[in-house]
Amino acid sequence: MQELIIWIQKFVIETTGWGFLKTLPIELWYILFMFVFGGVVLGVVMFFAGVASYAERKVAGHIQSRMGPMRVGPHGLLQFMADGIKLVMKEDLIPAKADRFLFKAAPYVLFAGTLALFAAIPYNQLFGKPLAITNLNIGLLYVLAMSGFVVVSILMAGWASSNKWSLLGGMRSAAQIISYEVPVAVSFLAIIMIAGTMNMFDIVSMQEGGIWNWLIFRYPPFTCFVFLVYYVAAMAEVNRTPFDIPEAESELVAGFHTEYSGMRFAFFFMSEYANMLAVSAIATVLFWGGWHSVLPFSILPEPWVVLEGMGWFAGKTLFSVFLMMWLRWTLPRYRVDQLMKLCWKVLLPIAFANVIAIGIWIALT
Amino acid sequence: MSNSEIIYTVIFYVFGLLTIGSACIVAFSRNILHSAFALLLTFFGVAGLYVFLQADFLAAAQVVIYVGGILVLILFAVMLTNKITDIHMSNPATKPWLAAPLVLIVFAGLTWLIVKTDWAVVETAKLISEPTVEKIGYAIMGKYLLPFELISVLLLGALLGAAYLARPKKKD
Repeated sequence: MQELIIWIQKFVIETTGWGFLKTLPIELWYILFMFVFGGVVLGVVMFFAGVASYAERKVAGHIQSRMGPMRVGPHGLLQFMADGIKLVMKEDLIPAKADRFLFKAAPYVLFAGTLALFAAIPYNQLFGKPLAITNLNIGLLYVLAMSGFVVVSILMAGWASSNKWSLLGGMRSAAQIISYEVPVAVSFLAIIMIAGTMNMFDIVSMQEGGIWNWLIFRYPPFTCFVFLVYYVAAMAEVNRTPFDIPEAESELVAGFHTEYSGMRFAFFFMSEYANMLAVSAIATVLFWGGWHSVLPFSILPEPWVVLEGMGWFAGKTLFSVFLMMWLRWTLPRYRVDQLMKLCWKVLLPIAFANVIAIGIWIALT
Repeated sequence: MSNSEIIYTVIFYVFGLLTIGSACIVAFSRNILHSAFALLLTFFGVAGLYVFLQADFLAAAQVVIYVGGILVLILFAVMLTNKITDIHMSNPATKPWLAAPLVLIVFAGLTWLIVKTDWAVVETAKLISEPTVEKIGYAIMGKYLLPFELISVLLLGALLGAAYLARPKKKD
């Protein structure tokens, strides 16, 4: 990152000819680029959320032998724009008995916690350097840490609404996220043991050279199980069906965001899709080789390798997003007690058994 | 003072203000849940200060344990035990004159400790190059293995105790 910022600094000074920019300390450029990268991530994630909401309805429609949205634009392609305009124009309602400050703050805390995930994910490599907002030594721990903000903000929204359904939904959601964070953390532990680092860029780098080098195919079949545990638990963490107990509409209206309308609701909505994207990107980084190709060599010639890597990363991530939609519209919803049973009595023992098995394998070889 | 030092100082004071300001809300708010939510900012600010000291592992662990664990536990405890239907939960101050001397003694003790301690000054450049995770791992698994294992056993005991207390009573 430092090299990139220094390079951009040089480029800007050379093209504009403003020599005085050189006198500014490098830290100021860091702060400037903090906002630039933040803006880029925000834009990409919001656009993705819009497109994904359209894709979700199309996937749902086709799975249920319907057409899905068809009216706005060709095949309903502009539906998400119409929805966006609708959400912006809607009245921003705040219940009379709500805690106004916390009610307003909750969507921002949730969205900030979700967006923060994207800071640590390495998307590609440029001349052997990671293309990520920041290449953290403690990448995986950081990912775990950020889900704490999500839990707190959901409790905030549920409680501040002053509504029983919201509160129940918030409490369920928090309990669910905390429970499912444990299998996620244990499957991260297995990955850290194999990779010997928490740095996500290094984890991707060791998966170079064809599909058989991806971590999901190391130590067969144990990492495969690690992946399954991670994927199921992560899906529960983002509250997707079959684990969408917190917003089970047949029991709780809409869970913790029952009372929200307009843009505040849109923030909750977008952060669900942003979370899906983040979970998929992390699955890609940890198990599916990140930006590395399926083949041991790159298809495109040298200067285009970067683009190819981008394509692989986006393709794998979007496939995982599609997989989550597919599962959502295929499986029925769990009951609350089944949900907890699955977490503590099925996923967690499998995760621990994997860690022990991989540990023994590593010790023996 | 060079330009970059000024920027570092500004960032440091921003995090310091965030921590202390939200800690004041925790202490003085009349609404117990506002206190609990302000604790989020306090923990976040402390984590920021750890990052400032190049203790990246400690910062992330701080957020994982305190925000993801303890703060959520506090929120759950408050929401489940108090009258949760009443949104204006109060956090009244009772008998401040009794607490005042104790608080003063603690404050004086801490101030004395801060002044007395010989704070080690380390060059920032020396710290940046060293990742902390590996060293902490070796320290825990080597020199401090026994305390680490003792804490593990203690936590396991607490876990078993909690599960025992929470399980439904069998009818005789």
